[in-house]
Formats: sequence, C-alpha cells, structure tokens
Amino acid sequence: MIHNSIKKVLILGSGALKIGEAGEFDYSGSQAIKALKEEGIKTVLVNPNIATIQTSEFLADEVYFLPVNDFFVEKIIKKERPDGIFLSFGGQTALNCGISLFKKGILGKHNVVVLGTPVVSIILSEDRKKFAGHLRKIKVNTPPSKSAISLKAGLKIGQNLEYPVMVRSAFALGGQGSGIAKNRRDLKEILQKAFSFSGQVLIEKYLHHYKEVEYEVVRDAYDNCVTVCNMENMDPLGIHTGESIVIAPSQTLTNFEYHFLRETAIKIVRSLKIVGECNVQFALNPRPLMPEHSDGGQAAPKNGLEYYVIELNARLSRSSALASKATGYPLAYVAAKLALGKNLTELKNSVTKATQFCFEPALDYVTVKIPRWDIDKFKGAEEIIGSSMKSVGEVMGIGRTFEEAYQKAIRMLDLDFEGAVDERIFKGRLQESLTRELLEKPTPNRMFAISRAFYEKITVGEVRSLTGIDPWFLYRIRNIVDSEIRLRKLLRRDKKKFQLDRDTLLNLKQLGFSDKRIGSLIGLTGLSIRKLRKKLKILPYVFQIDTLAGEFPAKTNYLYLTYNGQHNDVSPTGKDGVIVLGSGPYRIGSSVEFDWTCVNTALSLKDNGKKSIVINCNPETVSTDYDMSDKLYFEELTFERIADIYEYENPYGVIVSVGGQTPNNRAKALKKYGFNILGTDPLNIDRAENRGKFSALLDKLSIMQPQWDQFTDLPSSIAFAKRVGFPVLARPSYVLSGSNMMIVYSDEELEEYLKKASLVSKEYPITISKFIEDAKEIEVDCVSEKGEIKAFIVSEHIENAGVHSGDATIVFPPQKIYVETLRRLRKVAEDVSRALSITGPFNIQCLARDNDIFVIEINLRSSRTFPFISKVTGVNFIKLAVDAFFGKKLTEVAINLSGYNFVATKVAQFSFARLTGADPVLDVEMSSTGEVACFGDTLEEAFLKAELSVGGRIPKKGAFLSLGGEQNKIEFLESAQRLFMLKIPIYSTENTAKFLNKHGVKAKKLYKIHENKSPNIIEVFKRGKVDLAINIVDRNLKKDINDDFDIRRFAVDQNIPLFTNKKKAELFIKALVEVDLRKIPVKPWSEYI
Amino acid sequence: MAGRLIFKGGPTFEGKNFGATVSSAGELVFSTGMMGYPESLTDPSYKGQILILTYPLVGNYGVPEKYFWESDTIMVSGLIVSNYIDTPSHYQSRKTLSEWFLEEGKPILEIKDTRLLTQMIRDKGSVLAKILIDKDIDFYDPNKESLIEKVSVDKPNVMGKGKKKILLIDCGAKRNIRKSLVGKGVTITTIPWNLDPFKEGFNFDGIVISNGPGDPKFAGKTVQIIKKALSKKVPMLGVCLGHQLLALAAGGDTKKLKYGHRSQNQPCIMEGSNRCFITTQNHGFYVSHVPQGFSPWFTNANDGTNEGIIHKSLPIMSVQFHPEAMPGPTDAGFIFDYFLDRIKK
Repeated sequence: MIHNSIKKVLILGSGALKIGEAGEFDYSGSQAIKALKEEGIKTVLVNPNIATIQTSEFLADEVYFLPVNDFFVEKIIKKERPDGIFLSFGGQTALNCGISLFKKGILGKHNVVVLGTPVVSIILSEDRKKFAGHLRKIKVNTPPSKSAISLKAGLKIGQNLEYPVMVRSAFALGGQGSGIAKNRRDLKEILQKAFSFSGQVLIEKYLHHYKEVEYEVVRDAYDNCVTVCNMENMDPLGIHTGESIVIAPSQTLTNFEYHFLRETAIKIVRSLKIVGECNVQFALNPRPLMPEHSDGGQAAPKNGLEYYVIELNARLSRSSALASKATGYPLAYVAAKLALGKNLTELKNSVTKATQFCFEPALDYVTVKIPRWDIDKFKGAEEIIGSSMKSVGEVMGIGRTFEEAYQKAIRMLDLDFEGAVDERIFKGRLQESLTRELLEKPTPNRMFAISRAFYEKITVGEVRSLTGIDPWFLYRIRNIVDSEIRLRKLLRRDKKKFQLDRDTLLNLKQLGFSDKRIGSLIGLTGLSIRKLRKKLKILPYVFQIDTLAGEFPAKTNYLYLTYNGQHNDVSPTGKDGVIVLGSGPYRIGSSVEFDWTCVNTALSLKDNGKKSIVINCNPETVSTDYDMSDKLYFEELTFERIADIYEYENPYGVIVSVGGQTPNNRAKALKKYGFNILGTDPLNIDRAENRGKFSALLDKLSIMQPQWDQFTDLPSSIAFAKRVGFPVLARPSYVLSGSNMMIVYSDEELEEYLKKASLVSKEYPITISKFIEDAKEIEVDCVSEKGEIKAFIVSEHIENAGVHSGDATIVFPPQKIYVETLRRLRKVAEDVSRALSITGPFNIQCLARDNDIFVIEINLRSSRTFPFISKVTGVNFIKLAVDAFFGKKLTEVAINLSGYNFVATKVAQFSFARLTGADPVLDVEMSSTGEVACFGDTLEEAFLKAELSVGGRIPKKGAFLSLGGEQNKIEFLESAQRLFMLKIPIYSTENTAKFLNKHGVKAKKLYKIHENKSPNIIEVFKRGKVDLAINIVDRNLKKDINDDFDIRRFAVDQNIPLFTNKKKAELFIKALVEVDLRKIPVKPWSEYI
Repeated sequence: MAGRLIFKGGPTFEGKNFGATVSSAGELVFSTGMMGYPESLTDPSYKGQILILTYPLVGNYGVPEKYFWESDTIMVSGLIVSNYIDTPSHYQSRKTLSEWFLEEGKPILEIKDTRLLTQMIRDKGSVLAKILIDKDIDFYDPNKESLIEKVSVDKPNVMGKGKKKILLIDCGAKRNIRKSLVGKGVTITTIPWNLDPFKEGFNFDGIVISNGPGDPKFAGKTVQIIKKALSKKVPMLGVCLGHQLLALAAGGDTKKLKYGHRSQNQPCIMEGSNRCFITTQNHGFYVSHVPQGFSPWFTNANDGTNEGIIHKSLPIMSVQFHPEAMPGPTDAGFIFDYFLDRIKK
C-alpha cells in the first residue's frame, strides 16, 4: 500500500441536494466512508446535508454540519489534523472546494495529502481550454472550440465557428450556464448568464444529432484500468445526459465502435493519472460519410469513426451512481479503496464473493434511466429541456427486453403513467401539428409524443429526423404501440366473445405492460387482469444482478423481476421478512430524507430479528445499495409490483410509513388485498388523509382547524371567502401534476384562479380554506405505539404560515413558543394519536396564533423532518417507530426542550437559477430541492452557517431592498438600519428608498427594470454591485405590472442571493450583524449532542 | 416458427426460430460477452458448438459486410438468444441476423430464460444439446473428432508487405490476427494446420500458432511441427488453441474446463507484476501443466488457471486469451508488439 501512513481522512460532501447535484453523492460518500472504515482509518465528514445517510452516527467518526467551502474546511483541518482528504466523492461542490484549498496552499500548509486522482489532473480536467489542448496532444478528438472570458470574445468565436454553437461554462455543475445558440442573439443571452456563474466559457461547434455515449472508467495506482459500464443516451447530443433517457449497456454500437471509444477513454484516464473513478462522455456520429469497404480491402474502419470527447468528470458523478446500480459494481467503494493505493486485483467482488473487482461487468439484462422533472411545479418555468439540467430526480427500470425496462421506468416516475403510451397528456390539445411539435421540441413529455406518433402512423424515419433518436429505440417503442394496436383489433373483432389468451397476455407482460394498462385497453380493471394472469400462471420471476451474467454462482441479494424467464434465482424469505417500501424518484417534496428513513428502517429491522426486503427504484439512493438490506428489489413501487413481491416472498408484513407519500398512497390497496401492513391501520391513514373525514375527526376532538369547504362554482366560493374573510387558500382537489395551491386575496383573484383551474366541476370540486395571516407554523413529530405517544417533539418555522413547510426554515429547539402552546400541542398530539390508534411515526402541522392552535395537516408517516429531529436530539425516531411496529411496549423517550445548549436550524436549498423563467418566490407550493442544517450556540450563528451552505453569501458589495406596502416598510425598518451598519451601499426602488432615507437609512434609488431609465436595477445587478437582494411583496396590493417578478428573476439569473420572505431576511441581517465568522467555534456533531 | 432445445439426458426448452428451418446439434456453450455478435459467430473456435449469448438483446446492429467478420461463414452450429431484434439500426448493417442465418442454413432459437440455460451449464459442466426445428437428429460431440481440418486453410496464402516475415499456422485463425499483424508491418504467410513449413522451405522470422476449435489433443500434426520449431529455437507466439498446442509440444499438458471461459471480461494477471488485463476468451480447454523451460506468464484472476506461458530464455510464448480481440477489449494487443520486438532482426 502506498498510503499506509494514512490514519485519518477528511471527506468533503456535496451539501444540499440541488438540480445537477443530488442524492448520488450521498451514495458515493457513504460507500467511501464504509471503504475507509474497513481499513481502520478514522473518517471525518464535512457535509451540512442533515437528511443524508452519510451523516448518520453509524458511518463517519466525526461529522461537521458546516458549509463545504475553504473557509470552514480550513478550520476543520486545523482542528482535526487529517492525513488525507477525499475530494471526489462530493460532486462539483467538493471538487471546487478542494481545488480552492489546494490553490490557497491550505492543504500543503497542513500536510494533508489529496488521495486518489492528483489535484493537478483535476484542475486540468476542469479547465476546458487546457483540457482540450491536453486531449489534442494525446491525439484525442475534441469538438472545434474556443474558450472566451468575455462577452465580446465569445460573440466573435460564435461568428467564426458558424452557428449553431454550443456554450459550456467552466467549473459549473450539471451544465449550468450552458446552451445551444442558433444565432448571435441566442449566444449573447447564454453568454451573459454563463458569465454570471463562471469566468470562462467554451464555445464549440454544435454536433447536431450525434449520439452521446459515456464510459465509467476505474484506474488504480498501478495503471490497471477497467471500464465498468458504458451507457448510451437515447436522446441525441444537445440534451444533457442528466436530462436524457439513458440505456446501459449501449445498444446501437458495434464491437469496433464500443471498443474504440473504450480504448480512447482509457487512454485519457491514463494520461490524467486518475486513481479512482472517472467518467468520459463522447459524441459519436451515427451516420459518417465513409468509403465503402470491399471485402478484404485495406481501408481501416477507424477512419470512419467520427467522434469527439465532450465531457469528463474526474470524480464520482451522477453517471457513476447510475453505472453502479446498473451493473452491481460498487464504483464509489472501489474508488475509495484505490485512492488508498490498493490494487484492483486485491479487491474481492462483494457481489459474487467468488471473483474480484478487476473485471468488467457482463450484464444479462438492460437498464433504462429516465429523469423525473417537476418543471410544472414552478410557476413560469420553461418546459423545454436541453443542455442544462432541470430534472430533480431519476429512476432506473431493469428488464430483459428494452420494452420491459422502458415501460417499468416510466411507471417508476410515479406520475400515474402506465407505460409508453399516455393519452391524458394530449387531452384537449388535439391539433394536427402537436405531435410533431412535441417531437421536435424536447420536453418531459416527448416520450409520449413518440408513442403517439406511431399511433398516428408517422414513420420511424420521420420521428428520427425530428428527434434525433436512433431508429433502434424507435422500433422498440413502435413495437409496444403495435402490440396495443393488435390487442385493440382483437377486441374489436368480437367484443362479446373476446378473451385474452395466455400467449397474448404473456407477450404483453414480456413487453413490460402493466395489468392496469392491459385492462384499460380491453375494458377491465388491473385487478381482474391480475386474477386472470395468476389463473394462467403468468408470474414474474426473480432474477439476480450478479455482475457476471451467471458465469459464476453469486450470493447476491440484488434483485429484479422479469417476465422473460422461467426460474427464480433466490428463494422466498418467508415470515422472517419485512418489506420496506422506499420513496421512489427524488422530486420536489420527497427526497433524500425518505431514503434516510428507509435505510434506518431496514437497519432497525435487524434489531427486531427480521430480515429487511427493500423495494425502491431510484439509482441515486443508499437504500438501493445491496449491502443495506437483506434483499433489495430494484423495482417499481406500483401496487402490482409490490403485490408480486409480497406474494413471492410471503413476508411477515410491509412497512408503508417510511418512504414518504408514495408508499403511503399504496397502503389502502395493499390492505384491501389482504396484506399485513405494519403500524397504523390504513383505514385510519385514510381518516387522516381524506379531508372530510379528517375535519370531522378534528371537530369531534374539539381541535381547531382553519374553516374550509368544497365548491363547484364561483358565487358560492366568493360567498364563503367573504364570510371567513380574505385571504383564503384555494386548491383544486384533482390535478394531473403539481398541486396548484394558491393564497387568494380578493374576489377578482378568486375568479381568475377558478378560471385557470378549469378542472373545477362536480367531480373535481375546489377546496377553499381560511388563510390565517401572521400565524406561527409549528411541526410536531411523534412516534406512537397503539395510540400512546412514545416520543414527541416540536420544532418551529422562522417564516410565518404561507411558506410551504418544505421550504421553511425550521428551528430546534423552538425559541419562541409559549409553554402554554407546547402544552396544547401535546394535548392535540395525544388526542389524535389515540383517536387514530397510531402505531409508528406521524407528523402534525399546526398554526399558532396567540395560544390558539389550528391543525392544518396530519401525516401518518415519517415526515421530512425526521432525520433532522433525530440527528439534533440524538433520538432515532425511526428506530423507535420500528420497535413500536413490533409492540415492544416502549417507555416514552423524554425530550426536554430546555435541555439543549445549542440551536439547530434547517434551511432549504433552491435551484431557481436552473429553471429559466420560474418565479423564485417563497409560497405555499414547495419549490426547494434540498436542505441543510447547522448547529450553533445561537440561532443567528446556526442560521448564518446554514444559509451560507445553500449558496448564501456575506454581502460585501451592496444590498438591494424592495419593500412592498407601508406595513412591510415599517416592519423591516429595524433590519434595514442593521443592514446600514454593515457599511455597504444600499440600493432601493423609489418608494422604499424614499422611506429608508426619511428614516436615516441612506439608500440609492434605482429605476425599475421596465422603466428603462438609469440608474436601473438591470445595470447595477449586471455590474455585480449587489450581492444581496431582498424583495418583500405585499400580497394585498394589486399591481398592474409584475415588476417584482422581474427583479426576483433577474437577481437569480445574475446569481445574486435573494430573500423574498420578511422573517427570513430579518434573521439573515441580524445574523450578519451579530455573528463574526472568524470567532465562532468549529465543533463536530459529537460536541453538540 | 417453433423450435426446441434439447439437453442430452436433460430438459427440453421451447423456443421460436428466426433462422433456417434446419435442426442442429453440438456442444452447448454460453458466452457472456455483450458486444460483437458478428465477430463471435464467425469465430472458428466455435465450430461444432451451439452458442448461447447471455446478453439478451441480439441483432441490434444487424450484420455488416464480410470484411468485418472473423471468417467467411457463420461458425456456430446454432444460436440461442433471449430477445432477437429484427429491426437493426446501423450504417454498416447490410442484412438482419435472421437473413444471415437463413442464408447460411443455421437456426437461431429465441428462448426467454437464457440465464437458466447458462446456470445449468455452469452447474453441470459442458453439455451436448440439439436444436430441433424440422426433423429429429442425433446428438453430436465435437470434442470427439478433429475440427481443425474443417476450419483451416487448404493452401498457403500471403498478406502484407512488411520486412518481418511471420508464418501463421492456421488452426482456425480469426481474421483479426492477420489484420493486426499486417497492421504492424508484417508479411504474414498463412499455412494449413498440418503443413510442415520446414519441409516446404518457407522463409520466416517467427511463427504464430492460431486459435481454433476443440480438444488440442486432436492436433497431433501441429504439435509435431511445433516440436520441430522448438528444437530449431524459432520465435513463436501461440494464441488460445495455439497456446495449448505450444504447451503440449513443449511437454506440458491440457485438460477440459468444467464449462470453459467464453467472455470479454476475463482478468489476467501478468506474473510478477501488479498488472491485470481484461481479455477476450473463448476456450473449453486449458494448460493444466506448464512445460519445463517455461514460466507461467499470465494467470486468470478469477479461477487461477494458466493464461499464458513464456520460455525462460527464448522468444517463445503463448497466451490463452485473444490479443487480437474482435470482439472484446483491446488491452492485450501489446502481446503482438512484444512478440515482434523479441524477434531479432
């Protein structure tokens, strides 16, 4: 071993989940820590993302919930004195931090060795211009390109290269600031945005409809190199690989193409002296003009391969997480071992337990990854997808036909799609050109436009020329559509006598059709197809993912189901087994926190003598690491699939309450089908989720709730709103996606809202409830056993009601809750717990005004705050919940809110910059993509650290203030005066400036964007004179022009930290004034609790 | 059209035929390689064998023109796949896999659970089997006869114009052995497996003994030629079957593997180094005893079997894997360079 002197290693995490940097780094960091621990090396982790598994007590020896930047990491290095540092397991955040630590000489000064790939190689690979030069030197093709550091230079390059051109910004994650410019105007726009994030951009020739192929390469310090996986993007070049449908292994490459690119990838990796893992992305021309070869001719086909290297990540990446799950090869674990100087051949293959890791996995299945987008959750956001990431999560379908894997993956998205065909998307949008338009303009719905095109008899050739998708994929999708058409024809021929025969049904199942879809095609329910299927003995089989395609007997528990088989690789677990339903794809509102709950449940089952059987389908998760559970089914979380697995495994029961809302939604159907649901009875879950039943329950228990009712027309809605008084909260009871909730302040707004929510009808009424203004919002998290509370905890929001709890800043222990309020909250929790006879986790969301408590929501499942409250109190709520499931007769855990000598705050991470056009305002709809939490001796210290962790900055240049309405101005004055003490220039819009100057706060007036006069907000923002923007709106004021939106959006586009909530902005300013970062103590988690 | 796969003394599997309406028998083997079915199917080492591809989707990029094949015809007796793809997409594709098999009169059977077939071979060892499409036929054991004469050239031929002159003993050589050597500036004379080059007066600097099908012990004539070459200290490189033949000629021994190595991901460690190479393999026999005067050169990291031998002082060496790749990784291509470098000129 090279590094046998290494005793302690510092691992940099990736911080909050954001678009472009998500759960995959919890997976890679967790594996790295495991790999180090096995070697007896002490691990110190820096990661403020409290919802992750890597920050659990059973992994790293010390955890610092602090921002991953050089300022804090240097302090940690001084304190911990690590021998080595891992830079490549925490995404771009960790890499950038590491480069900065290196460049500032901090690592050298403290004798910290960078383990793995040399830092100079990382720097080279991150500098687009130098890297392109390096590739040219080793005779590897890169697209004709030039880098620019100014707008002017960039525009000139664009002209010289000829449009269209592709812009990529250096040192940015997930393609941020990238784009395709068809002309000078496009280019100018993209460049302006790119330069706000990055000092350097690369402009290159756009390779229209090239294939995109990537390789995951592993290299050890002895120059052994393997490619663990190659992947082919179904979408052509131009759509970011994170936005593409990706298939592993590649499908349309010949042996020569595959191995030429493999060899090239290895050549690059060797030239960079990578030690660990590296991802190389290629563009490949699918139709090169090449001379014909006559038999035995001399022309080597090499000359015909037109390829370019388009991207390289000298670190673990989203793709490497995907490759790990697609092959069963634990890339991050292996990379960590190699970084310690191990030889690939020393590492035993933990999947087969018979071979070793110096090999390239052979797959006997295909995997299809599909991104999950939530673009429609963001008001105003552009739907189109391209070279910059917008997706918030992903799923991976595994099958033995492409069709099976593809249709599985579509269902895994958990958007109520049944497979490759979905009619609802096109409902009410039936114009002729629509299909072609949707094919040409890539959006999240393009996959359904493809199947629709084949229904409309559009040819494969035309679909290819519109989409750039290789015909191979299109033929497979057409095969799905053709099967549907054949079935429809059979049915039409004789509707009365029609019966599904075994061959037809089996064939449909082998192509990945769901029972429900088959049923809907012939007018039956999914359940009746299930019944028929079982009668005909058409069942899915359990196959292992064993990395060697069956060549060696493997002891792996990594499983999937397929209809393209006739044997099972493993035997059922039986009554020792308990199924744990995971959370599915990460999305707005459900993310890594539910992976933490799921993993902790699997681990806690062991303590109860049970074997865990995890079902999940998200390749970014730790719960889908095969060493986290006794069995892992990488499968759909649909009723059909859960039931298949349940019937095969015949377990003790299934846990539905630890994976967020998706598993919770399955509870009722699973119970009805006769399965044993651990914990609270699904009938009682329904009583909490059905608005009417729940309201009646609260009334019965004399618990207050905001007044509400359901309406099917405008007059009665307005009458209700007037009676309870505006503002009211309106929401449709049925929407396809996105819940479209809104606070309404007037008759006109309500009318407008109803018009927009065109789905309002007798069938789908609208719910309107009184919105209680200036109320405090409180989270209550509990665990109960047979109705009795065994753990009870309260945390409070900084923002007043009106900000979604997922976006809110949450504080523990609560700082501003009356003792009387606490007493009442306890009473509410006890009453609800008994009434619903709760066993397991639950969460209550309450509003408090004075001492009145209004309950707004109860979830009979673990909530988003579970990892946070568990980690700040040291009481593992999931472990308690699992013990409660097994009737352990727990004694209540005493949590003394005044017994903590710290304050912890959880702060949301927003990714608005990536969502062009979205309104970056805090509202009742959730829009954050992740979260962090920090500890501090005071609220201000904890909050400031957390805010700095999610992209906040200490303003040094100037602050911009725009305060709508008289009330806001008066309330914010004290904060404005504090801000003034920071001695940075303050800029304001007209009225705010007038008000501030009148009250002794010197503020420079700026014209609004639409006023087109100087000094204008635009120029001040663009020139980088502002590094804090505060825009507080008075929602009671109706404006003709939405200039506030323009301000907010422009601030985000210029990468200026933005606050839109008064309470949060006030706390930030207070923290800026009161907290001196140089003086605050740097303490690990273990020193707080 | 329906067809059946029948294991000798074992179960029957129902399938769907996409190839010719012809029954076929042979040794049933599996390959876990995911790439390059046109190259594999034309590899003469597969002579007499029914091949199961464990990668389920086969036919994706069709069949290219002959130039890209490893020999002039389909060598396998039959093909078993899980999901036959009849809609290829590739600019080099000239016909579908089905059309090719129809032309050459061989069956392709689609049987969904190829993983089960693989596991059965893995657990029981190599088996004989037959694909029945039209009429019943007898089982056939290719290991009981010499297959080499069926795949070797009839008469010598010359390729390339290089200074170095290499003689290739063709026991069923893959085309890319020749292409690789010619690419390295070598004149290559291919001779039949049983032609004694010393009698015929060929002018050469070294000998390459090719890959080929079946049990090496049937190639007595080639072994005799190698023995002669050894005594004359001619530089030699054996590939796959050629490796086994060199070992036999030098006094070593060979045995049959339980179910062979047929894949593109076999890790081979170079003895005395930290280096491991990912190699393509296709063999049912292995060198069980390294001959005197030779050292083990490569060893399989998975099962510890010998993967190469090298003479302690002379430029005589052989490898069990395929340095010419096609299909599979190109990592071992340096073996040719090493061999050519060691031939003094």
